[in-house]
Amino acid sequence: MTRRAGIFLIVLTMIAMLAPWLAPYGAADAFRDFLHAPPMRPHFEGLSPMVHPLVLADRLEQRFEADRSRSVALPWLERDSTAPVFLLGADDFGRDVLSRLLFGARTSIGLALLATLGAVVAGALAGGWAGYRGGWVDEAIMRVADFVLVLPVIYVVLVLRAVLPLVLPASTVFLLVTGIFIAVGWPFVAKGVRAIVVVETNREYVQAARSLGATHWRILTRHVLPACSGHLVVQATLLLPAFILAEATLSFIGLGFPDPVASWGTMLAGASNYNAVARFPWTLAPAVTIFAVVLATNLIATNSTK
Amino acid sequence: MGRYLLQRLAFAVVLVFVASSAALLLTRIAPGDFAAVQGVELTSDQRARMRASYGLDRSFAEQYAGWIRGALRFDFGQSMLYSRPVSAIVGERALNTAVLAVVALVLAASIGVPLGIYSGTQTGTGRAVVRTLSVIGLSVPPLIGSLALVFVAARTGWFPVGGMTSATVINLGWAAWLADLARHVPLPALALAIPFAAALERLQSEAIESASREPFVAASRARGVARARAILHHAWPVSLRPVLGFYGVMIGSLFSGSFVVEVVTSWPGLGRLMFDALKARDLFLVAGCAATGAVFLAAGTLIADLLLAYTDPRVTAGERA
Repeated sequence: MTRRAGIFLIVLTMIAMLAPWLAPYGAADAFRDFLHAPPMRPHFEGLSPMVHPLVLADRLEQRFEADRSRSVALPWLERDSTAPVFLLGADDFGRDVLSRLLFGARTSIGLALLATLGAVVAGALAGGWAGYRGGWVDEAIMRVADFVLVLPVIYVVLVLRAVLPLVLPASTVFLLVTGIFIAVGWPFVAKGVRAIVVVETNREYVQAARSLGATHWRILTRHVLPACSGHLVVQATLLLPAFILAEATLSFIGLGFPDPVASWGTMLAGASNYNAVARFPWTLAPAVTIFAVVLATNLIATNSTK
Repeated sequence: MGRYLLQRLAFAVVLVFVASSAALLLTRIAPGDFAAVQGVELTSDQRARMRASYGLDRSFAEQYAGWIRGALRFDFGQSMLYSRPVSAIVGERALNTAVLAVVALVLAASIGVPLGIYSGTQTGTGRAVVRTLSVIGLSVPPLIGSLALVFVAARTGWFPVGGMTSATVINLGWAAWLADLARHVPLPALALAIPFAAALERLQSEAIESASREPFVAASRARGVARARAILHHAWPVSLRPVLGFYGVMIGSLFSGSFVVEVVTSWPGLGRLMFDALKARDLFLVAGCAATGAVFLAAGTLIADLLLAYTDPRVTAGERA
């Protein structure tokens, strides 16, 4: 199960990286005649998968009907801009949910991976330094870490994000949010690393390295920190889904990415209206992908701690 | 014990002070102030007058000193957004959040603990089903859970969606109000409770499994105590320690989760209030929310510690689980 979950995450990351080539439409391509178009089911004509194009049956109610007399090819094979194909439906701007889900994976997973990497590196160095040096350095770093750990993460993220300018270009948001996530994520890593480093520093191999004249930096990064690798992997699997969720939450409440940018959070923000959710459930697609990612990481985390 | 309580009290005071001061400072140095956010259509002259009337033209040091002086007399300033004293608004909203959090906690415990006892002591399909459910439950964070439940409720009409009470019950008696509240609570509380119920199930299951291997359980079985009684009366109380230890950890995530649920289901709680206040740059309201949140946090961890000491006589309060 762990293996399958790991493969799933790797495949998902690859899909996210290849989004521009895999997505049938652009993330911001809006088809104004197809607001809230439902998912279309492909069928086979001979060997080629085809779909019946949609016709607007009622503009006010945004009701569509499939035109059974015609068939169009899937958008990867042949693109017809008058009859777009929405395999997962369209959102409130008439944008293809599948394409946005793929581009959104790039934003959401990319951000979460970068933030996880940053938090693990920062946490390992801070915790490692604290445990290795001891004394007031240890005291100071761990006090700060403990304080951050007590606070509810979302509130810290919320305050830090809300006090920055609310409207920013997407690339700035990406860097800012990554930075904020690293700032709240490192103590989770640092605490465990410190505990391991304190024990390891007194082992013979560290003394041997020291007597050979190795620098503190070398001892810490080449000898002591590798002993923490198991802990780091577990923490990474816990932080990754937490960051994906935090991004989704931030974007959901409008403090994340600005709208035309696709992320799983901005997509869910469009689904925040009760009536819309009930009538157009396909706009909740990112909720399913987030659930799948969290499930996969949970499966890995529960098995690796045993 | 007295020394311990004093320590915790000091920690709580520091936490409240630091959290509210930091919130005040951050909101103050944030770009844009209340007048700029709210008075978009005003002329610059009008906006300057608005600033003066709220005291936004004073320096931060002056403003902060005034706020501290007031706070010492339990006057936490006026909300600019609502034109009411901060303490009154925050009090109402904090109560709503507390209702949500307490119901969710009770729900999580009453689902997670019995299932944990079951899966930790039984074998077979039932246990496999419970384990699978709890792995799935762990993967339904409040954001996803509340969206899914809103979808189910909007489709089926089983629960009212959004808010804490219906608009129509304001003029009815308190009994009708309470009944209405009871209809609105389950959805957000369940969304909040699912991951915690799953986590409690996991913990309880592992704890009771190891507790039932203890010699005193075997001894009680040898004396002729029935298996169910040996588990519930002998093994369970011992297994409670890691479970209760988790409550302390849970408080922080409960707060985070409650914020998300409040936003998704329009529950008028502290989280929503703080979010609105932050966006409007309503300085004193932000500080008031942060202070109240810090009080909740300190109280929550204290209660968790005391519970731990109460159920396990081997622990004196203050020792970490």
